[in-house]
Amino acid sequence: MTSTLTPVRKRSALTKGQLPKAAPYIVVAVALVLGAAIMALIGFNAFGWGIVSGILFAAGLVGWSLFVEGARKAKDKLATCLVVGAFLVALLPLFSVIWTVLVNGLPGLLDPGFLSTSMNGVTGAFDNKTVEEGAPLLGGIYHALMGTLLITVLATLISVPVGLLTAIYLVEYGEDRALARAITFFVDVMTGIPSIVAGLFAAAAFFALVGPGTKTGAVAAVALSVLMIPVVVRSSEEMLKIVPNELREAAYALGVRKWRTILKVVLPTAISGIASGITLAIARVIGETAPILVTAGFATTINTNVFSGWMASLPTFIYTQILNPTSPSNPDPSSQRAWGAALVLIIMVMLLNLGARLIARMFAPKTGR
Amino acid sequence: MTTTSLTKSRGAGHTGDKVFSAAALAAGCLILVVLFGVALFLVIQAYPALVAPPDKIQGGEGFFTYIWPLVIGTLIASVIALVIATPIAIGVALFISHFAPRKLASGLGYVIDLLAAIPSVVYGAWGVAFLAKEISPAYNWLANNLGWLPIFQGPASATGKTILTAGIVLAVMVLPIITSLSREIFLQTPKLHEEAALALGATRWEMIRMTVLPFGRPGIISAVMLGLGRALGETMAVALVLSSGALTASLIQSGNQTIAAEIALNFPEASGLKVSTLIAAGLVLFVITLGVNMIARGIITRHKEFSGAN
Repeated sequence: MTSTLTPVRKRSALTKGQLPKAAPYIVVAVALVLGAAIMALIGFNAFGWGIVSGILFAAGLVGWSLFVEGARKAKDKLATCLVVGAFLVALLPLFSVIWTVLVNGLPGLLDPGFLSTSMNGVTGAFDNKTVEEGAPLLGGIYHALMGTLLITVLATLISVPVGLLTAIYLVEYGEDRALARAITFFVDVMTGIPSIVAGLFAAAAFFALVGPGTKTGAVAAVALSVLMIPVVVRSSEEMLKIVPNELREAAYALGVRKWRTILKVVLPTAISGIASGITLAIARVIGETAPILVTAGFATTINTNVFSGWMASLPTFIYTQILNPTSPSNPDPSSQRAWGAALVLIIMVMLLNLGARLIARMFAPKTGR
Repeated sequence: MTTTSLTKSRGAGHTGDKVFSAAALAAGCLILVVLFGVALFLVIQAYPALVAPPDKIQGGEGFFTYIWPLVIGTLIASVIALVIATPIAIGVALFISHFAPRKLASGLGYVIDLLAAIPSVVYGAWGVAFLAKEISPAYNWLANNLGWLPIFQGPASATGKTILTAGIVLAVMVLPIITSLSREIFLQTPKLHEEAALALGATRWEMIRMTVLPFGRPGIISAVMLGLGRALGETMAVALVLSSGALTASLIQSGNQTIAAEIALNFPEASGLKVSTLIAAGLVLFVITLGVNMIARGIITRHKEFSGAN
């Protein structure tokens, strides 16, 4: 080799000891290829490939950084990898649950009559026929759907006035009195009541007041209200608090009474936030299983009277169809019905959540600025 | 004429004021009454089981022998859930508050909140139909390689319906609670502390270790406690996933049972003293979760007073 005068390419002192900008991309490519090679040796599956590549990526990037940049930067890279990894791991169950429900639930949901028939008279013999002779799947969730709607509506009718009035008391009348502080504290405590204990409370109260073994939709509605009221109180309280005081003072200055001010000025200003809070509260209780199981039992027939008789609901329908299939020897039709019901339930909950977001965004509280 | 109409309208308004404030007060008091009622009715209905002769209670050895394994089982499931969920939840909260691009952060937070929106019975169904099946080979591996540890003692359950699976499902369910609370706390870290750390040349991780985590420690503790409260009382996931049995040390065999699942499985068909026994079990669960939640709330309020953020 002849020594020629090629200009020596020197890295700037400022970028010395740093990984090039493309470093993560290079490492990702190498990790994916290596991961695929390793998986090819021990049997390929996409999930394992992702995990192996992820570990290789973290090890590669941290190792390279340790070599070039030193321990402090390498530690920073390791922490970043772990934090991003935690987020990706948290997404796994979400996608897995939604995927499982979609795949298993769609056949049940698309079954004609699934939404419009009940389980009345559907016995194990029919399910055996479906499996063995290919007869159409009988039975549906109409009774459970009606039960869920009725119980939830009744629970909402109980919780919203109580919760909203309590929030109004706390914000407008409470003025940091001992009673207001006690209510705030116990609302917090109520938020933590396990749902099954709320159910037991409603059952125990009706057993003591009406008679042993009282199980109706109304008892379930009371149980759900115990869970729903604290949610309504907390969200409404937050919303009423952000209504600017100038609006109240303007109304008082015009000689308007306090109750008229609250009804005509404060509530309309905060109504979007309150409505979205109530929608979220409904979304929370509509999927509750345990309190309904111990208060309304489960039924296979349509019962639209919340004050008498056992009542079905979507969550308890799912639970009983999985745990005690209609035909113990052929549980597949039952599990298909259960997944169909689960899909319907998830769609309802997601719509309620989406609705709450839309309400909050479309009528965002006017803060007066 | 004008004066009478004035007095009239004042009278009407005055009544309205009184009625309205009384209604608001009554609603507030109703909540206190309900909470008192929860405790009272549970005690009334549970009383027969507490004083019944030991041989009448299920198991034949009295209420405390009956409830003891259930309490331990509940604690085992909750501790598994917290051990898995806490590090992941803190990681996710840090990701959303300090790592993700600003524009994406709130959207990503919403995605995690979706986890909280899925009904518990759906988690139970997923746990028994998907997770238990997929995870049972891992249990076999654990039993073969780590079987000398009492908690991984074989033979592993063939169906995967074990307390460890139930704990994993519970971990998924408490994850969004711990995440959203710690996220709020992390976002409250004083900006000046963070900027001071960065100005001294700290890397992002060093900044987080020096400012965010010390500031957020009480918040993380109370978030974990609230998650524990949820895990203790969660019913459906355990009732569906766990194939229950007597108290065992091994996490990968079928066995163990939690209070909430025991109630859900037996209450619909129970009658007589059995109802009282189950309500008494509910009372025990209520007392445990109440204690955990009150400690958590106490930490939060104390933290609020001391933090400079507000």
